[in-house]
Amino acid sequence: MSLIGILFYAFLAIIAVASALAMLIDRNAIHSALYLVLNFATVAVLYLALGAPFIAFTQISVYAGAIMVLFLFVIALLGAEKLSGSEPLKTHRPLAIVLALVFIVEIVLFTVFRNQDISPMVILTQDFASPKNIGLTMLTQYALPFEVVAFILLSAAVGAIMLTKAERSPAYKLSHGEK
Amino acid sequence: MPISYFLAISAIMFVVGILGVVLRRNALVMFMSLELMFNAANLIFVTYANYYQVLSGQIFVFFIMAVAAAEVAVGLALMVAIFRNKHSIDIDQMNSLKG
Repeated sequence: MSLIGILFYAFLAIIAVASALAMLIDRNAIHSALYLVLNFATVAVLYLALGAPFIAFTQISVYAGAIMVLFLFVIALLGAEKLSGSEPLKTHRPLAIVLALVFIVEIVLFTVFRNQDISPMVILTQDFASPKNIGLTMLTQYALPFEVVAFILLSAAVGAIMLTKAERSPAYKLSHGEK
Repeated sequence: MPISYFLAISAIMFVVGILGVVLRRNALVMFMSLELMFNAANLIFVTYANYYQVLSGQIFVFFIMAVAAAEVAVGLALMVAIFRNKHSIDIDQMNSLKG
């Protein structure tokens, strides 16, 4: 691979990992959400490199567009970008760090020693993952899961409306003693 | 680029997502970390769709995206409902069911 290509992939990897870490570390939830948008855009570029253009643009429009705008809207609505510093559970954080370290070691052992797959990625034909082919596969071979997902989305939309409707939400009634 | 490059990025993103869920106390940031883990899983799916040259891996990513969108809609609605009652989304304060 040419030097330019290696530099490009190294740049992408650094951006992806750094934006994920910045999301984890930053105290302000709004900044975390914006770092996550950057991470999603980088992953979309990786999808393009892997020969999945349609998924790449769906990633941009659905994840970076719709989902993260919803997140930013809720953060701004609740005014919850910063929490107070008090911590009721004192022993919780060291325990969490230890457990996370155990998991990191496990993942590193798995990816480095067990799964040494260094075969190069395939340069696919342009036709492979074209929107036409994806639509054909989704509506023939995967027609039933497609319908099930449509139903899940409908029920999620109805559920979200029911939960946030102040007068009729069950949680609101319970906390205010209404029947 | 070798396949392991994408696997390594995905593994790192997944671990950062787990760290976010375990370490952060802001429920919204925990949700974002969940999204990061979804993304790491999606990256693996697309990588192996490329490796085996099977389109099903890419189709599955669309289903994951749709279910993740549904999950975010319901989850954020729950956040709003909880915030109305407790005026906080600190995960440590959601201990009303504790005996």
